[in-house]
Amino acid sequence: MTAKPRKPAEAAIPLNDDIGEDVRLGLYRTQMIIREAEQRAYDLFLQNLVKGTSHLSLGQEAIAAGFAMAMKPGDLSFCTYRGHAHTLARGVEPEKVLGELMGRDNGLMRGKGGSMHLTSVEHGVMGSYAIIGAHLPIATGAAWRAKYRGDSDVSVCFFGDGTTNIGAFHEAINLAVIWKLPVVFVCENNLYMEYTPISEVTAVAQPAADRASAYGLERILIDGNDADVVYRTASQAYARARAGEGPSLIECLTYRHSGHSRADPAKYRPEGELEDWKKRDPILVYRDRLAKFGVASEKVALIDDEVRDIVDKATDACKAAPPTSTDILFTDVYADGGWAWRN
Amino acid sequence: MAELTYRDAVSRGLAQEMERDPDVVLIGEDIGKAGGVFKATVGLFDRFGPERVCDTPISEQAILGAAMGAAMTGLKPVAEIMFADFLGVCYDYIANEFPKSRYMTNGQVKCPLVVRLGNGGGARFGAQHSQSVENWCMQFPGLKVVSPSSPVDVVGLLAAAIRDPDPVMFLEHKSLYATKGEVPDGEIVDQLGVAKVLRHGGDATIVALGMMVHRATAASERLKAEYGIDCTVIDLRSLVPMDTRTVLASVAETGRLFTVEENPRVLGWGAEIVSIVADEGFYDLDAPPIRITAPNIPLPAADALEDLCIPSVDRVVETIRAALVA
Repeated sequence: MTAKPRKPAEAAIPLNDDIGEDVRLGLYRTQMIIREAEQRAYDLFLQNLVKGTSHLSLGQEAIAAGFAMAMKPGDLSFCTYRGHAHTLARGVEPEKVLGELMGRDNGLMRGKGGSMHLTSVEHGVMGSYAIIGAHLPIATGAAWRAKYRGDSDVSVCFFGDGTTNIGAFHEAINLAVIWKLPVVFVCENNLYMEYTPISEVTAVAQPAADRASAYGLERILIDGNDADVVYRTASQAYARARAGEGPSLIECLTYRHSGHSRADPAKYRPEGELEDWKKRDPILVYRDRLAKFGVASEKVALIDDEVRDIVDKATDACKAAPPTSTDILFTDVYADGGWAWRN
Repeated sequence: MAELTYRDAVSRGLAQEMERDPDVVLIGEDIGKAGGVFKATVGLFDRFGPERVCDTPISEQAILGAAMGAAMTGLKPVAEIMFADFLGVCYDYIANEFPKSRYMTNGQVKCPLVVRLGNGGGARFGAQHSQSVENWCMQFPGLKVVSPSSPVDVVGLLAAAIRDPDPVMFLEHKSLYATKGEVPDGEIVDQLGVAKVLRHGGDATIVALGMMVHRATAASERLKAEYGIDCTVIDLRSLVPMDTRTVLASVAETGRLFTVEENPRVLGWGAEIVSIVADEGFYDLDAPPIRITAPNIPLPAADALEDLCIPSVDRVVETIRAALVA
């Protein structure tokens, strides 16, 4: 693929270089890592090498990239079962993610968690939670610790539009606000709550943004397919959190290119909707952006090649890796390393 | 040595650990300025301040979730769920989050927290404020479940629970809060998973938990005085880890096993004990084990009805007498 040519209409928009080329290349590279690894995960599923379920972020890469790029080391990510993107965005190697999906010994958790529970504490990825809403209070608690100890890290909690209708959403945001905690709640509104349009099951048009006022928070609704917008919004929210000004609730508009999970062909979508959104594919948006800022297309192509090579090598390594050792079946149930519940 | 109520033992145990470790923080409804609806945290807010004794909204999911997030990142939170029945609105953390976080992350995530719960009946609060929820907790691999019956055990087991690296459900019995017992001065730290043999006797083994320990003990005294039946009474103290060795050793001596459980009969902890004894101590048994439990119905409120449900001293005496003397 090559970078798209500039569009004259957009060239009239004043260019803002507060982000800078290095960060922009990083944003692009992260989005490409996610795109390639997610596409590969899907291919491996079709080859019956990825078992169980998986929930892809194809089309939602800009959110993961923007929020992760604006983080500092030590900041903490809390993800849902749609967590591959956020895990990769914090720098976890694609091989470990794909290995986990494939149940191989080189997997991030050696196959004990699977696709929906990707966790890498050393990268600040504090878990992927498969029960809707569960991790909003947990991220709030991590932020409570930061405030109590005077630590400077921010907890960032990603969730989908469907999560805004479960009770834990309300409980967590209310607590975070009254305690002024350094936590950022990020709603990735991809328009569908699993198989149902979110608009059909929600009292307000914007499931997160329109509820912000109920918690005394600013209404923040952004284009989740533009990594620059995401990055700037994230940076502001983190600064606010670090300054002791409390949480933010950010709704990012986006669209998932695939179904809810691997089992879902997404036939409930109106005709043409996917195609319309694909015109605003975050990767295409960002290639345009890079071109607009005069980044040479060769530089972009180099990144594309490098990323594809990483994902190819990761795939080969995973295919060659042995299945998870069954020696670990009974380990780490309790802190003593074992599983004994009685003497 | 001082005489302390069970409720004062809770605040003493918490204070002992908070004094020792600044990472120990408390979170719950009305636990701070109000001192807890059961007055089990009186004095801690004044002593340790609002940063460490944190009043929350009525948000049980936020309480347990926040405790977990804090525990994962270095604190040792002690959360209070006022009435154990309220676990129903935050069960996800008990069922899916606390106990599985370590395993499914291949040991990366740690969850060293304690959840204190006002458990059990006898206070005429009806079906939604009186339940014994120990079975709700013990079915999840990864959790520990503790239930003290005396003030000294409250202090020692609470300290052990707070120092434990695993998530611990700490079931305080509401009807025991006003009871008193001797508690030695100075630091007390007990051990989880060690049952206490409160009384030795060769005729039968009675295993009990929480408030049922007191009824089992009173019953054993009457059985001895009125019928000459000499019972061993074991206070299990912790369901996970469970001290099955002590139970099996006692059954080997007595040949008879009775469990006294406040929970409804189906899937009560006693069923697990009976199953283990059937597997591993079958040839020590002289007769089928007998479970004395609440019937499998919601708990009613009225005195006359609730008293019929929760095993009474009379029922324990009569059941054991009938089994041994008939």
